[in-house]
Amino acid sequence: MHSDDVVWDSLGNKQFCSYKIKTKTHNFCRNEYNLTGLCNRSSCPLANSQYATIKEEKGQCYLYMKTIERAAFPSRLWERVRLSKNYEKALEEIDENLIYWPRFIRHKCKQRFTKITQYLIRIRKLTLKRQRKLIPLSKKVERREKRREEKALIAAQLDNAIEKELLERLKQETYGDIYNFPIHAFDKALEQQDAESEAESDTEEKEEEEGDEDADKREFVEVEESDLSDFEDMDKLATSSEEEQDDKSSSEEEEREMAERTCHSKSKGKAPVKGPARTKRAYIEIEYEQEIEPASKSKAA
Amino acid sequence: MSGPGSMASGAAAGSADGPADAARAPEQALFPPGFSVSEIKNKQRRHFMFLRWKQQQRKDKLANKRKRKKEREALGDKAPPKPVPKTIENQRVYDETTVDPNDEEVAFDESTDEFAPYFNRQTVPRILITTSDRPRGRTVRFCEQLSTIIPNSHVYYRRGLALKRIIPQCISRDFTDLIVINEDRKIPNGLVLSHLPDGPTAHFRMSSVRLRKEIKRKGKAPTEHQPEVILNNFTTRLGHSIGRMFASLFPHDPQFIGRQVATFHNQRDYIFFRFHRYIFKSEKKVGIQELGPRFTLKLRSLQKGTFDSKFGEYEWIHKTLLMWSCYCLAGKVG
Repeated sequence: MHSDDVVWDSLGNKQFCSYKIKTKTHNFCRNEYNLTGLCNRSSCPLANSQYATIKEEKGQCYLYMKTIERAAFPSRLWERVRLSKNYEKALEEIDENLIYWPRFIRHKCKQRFTKITQYLIRIRKLTLKRQRKLIPLSKKVERREKRREEKALIAAQLDNAIEKELLERLKQETYGDIYNFPIHAFDKALEQQDAESEAESDTEEKEEEEGDEDADKREFVEVEESDLSDFEDMDKLATSSEEEQDDKSSSEEEEREMAERTCHSKSKGKAPVKGPARTKRAYIEIEYEQEIEPASKSKAA
Repeated sequence: MSGPGSMASGAAAGSADGPADAARAPEQALFPPGFSVSEIKNKQRRHFMFLRWKQQQRKDKLANKRKRKKEREALGDKAPPKPVPKTIENQRVYDETTVDPNDEEVAFDESTDEFAPYFNRQTVPRILITTSDRPRGRTVRFCEQLSTIIPNSHVYYRRGLALKRIIPQCISRDFTDLIVINEDRKIPNGLVLSHLPDGPTAHFRMSSVRLRKEIKRKGKAPTEHQPEVILNNFTTRLGHSIGRMFASLFPHDPQFIGRQVATFHNQRDYIFFRFHRYIFKSEKKVGIQELGPRFTLKLRSLQKGTFDSKFGEYEWIHKTLLMWSCYCLAGKVG
């Protein structure tokens, strides 16, 4: 059964062809030797005993031809000709090999060859540009990493670590004169004095001086607090004022820092240090006293 | 009728008694020694016996705990110290690549490596931040926030340019570092940090990115002051070089007035980045308030030259990418 028409009538048109794919609008042919890719009477490689195709392998184009003389020898059926890399020369070669062949096949071969060369050029251009590499993620690995990260986060105890580090730096005086914690310095001095003699009087001294410092704190803080309520504003004021007076007049800075700290602790609602609470109370007391005095005077009068 | 009925009920009673019996007279009565629950063939019964065994274990554990607590209280001050629980940090095998602060060889290496100009204050860091192609909103916002944190940094859009071509341009414009944030499915998931004039390139996987608005109880926007840098737990040689890389992103002299601190904390090979504002309430107490974005990094590879994925010389690659065991940032775990 080798008449083309018979083959087409049975396989291509009516009965089942395993290479045929039907879609809504077209029929496609999956045969690797098909010239156009459609399932037609003129493009079916099974239904044409004289047929030719262009195929591309690793960047090289070949012209495949089949003739009716070799129809009995399937292994020798397709004859392959390598085409030149030069586009025009290759077209000439196609013409030369397919001389006296039907117009349709010649034309379609040249068209196919043109398309193939165009996409080969595109491939070469694209490989020179950036290639995006897709790396597959393993779900198991991802899950494991996530779990380990959570555990590491808990083990890290970041806040504590940062606070400890900052306090270390403060102790080692990397901040210089900005934060003047006299109590710290006093402790040092006192340790030296303790080592010599007179433990009790020294502790008394220490308490006295602490009291003085608090008094200083208390006085200055009242003035500052009246102007500013919010911590952030305090911050800006502090930074701007510090930027203005570039050099460190230590006492002023210290007092401002104290004021900041008291405000800060008030606004943040953390465990209040005794100092600010005391100062706050002092502030209110004084106002109240002032108000009461005239009232009593008037009453007396 | 009554016979089988009674037998059935007898059997049922027997089986009902069976568990009760077994409860009263556990393993030693009924089972040969060396018997484990898994040898019972019947699934229901096996399950039941397993549950009972588990309950027993729990009871024993509780009883032991109570006994130990009583003993501890009875001894009072003479009690032996509490046993320390084993953690990964405790069990770590001492890694011989740990850097000793007085090590001369390390000091010499560091004085001649690529970061020496930074640490000698010859160069001022200038950072270029960019992303992969077509960044989505989240990545863009993250880049902006990152550029507010790192002083002297600029964000540029990628627009499909090849990194290999960007790098010479950056070098000619005096940038010292290049940060590329890689994006996948609309979230940033990778970070490539490259020290520019010929410096090492580190490729990290980034996770748990939180933008400023997602952080609870955050403070106001970070100001323009130069922050301090804290690097925790970068102990081995590899960790040391990565730590220096991070340090070289920030200007050498922090402005203490700003009271801002950027922390890179390494724990079990995860580097946690946080940005805080601190305030000293007394000399023993400090309060910190988180501003700024936060993220976690995990090192995947460290390359000697600038970014070159094909021909670069890799100093270190994570073992899952390489299939054989390498060092960790802070030492192997025993």
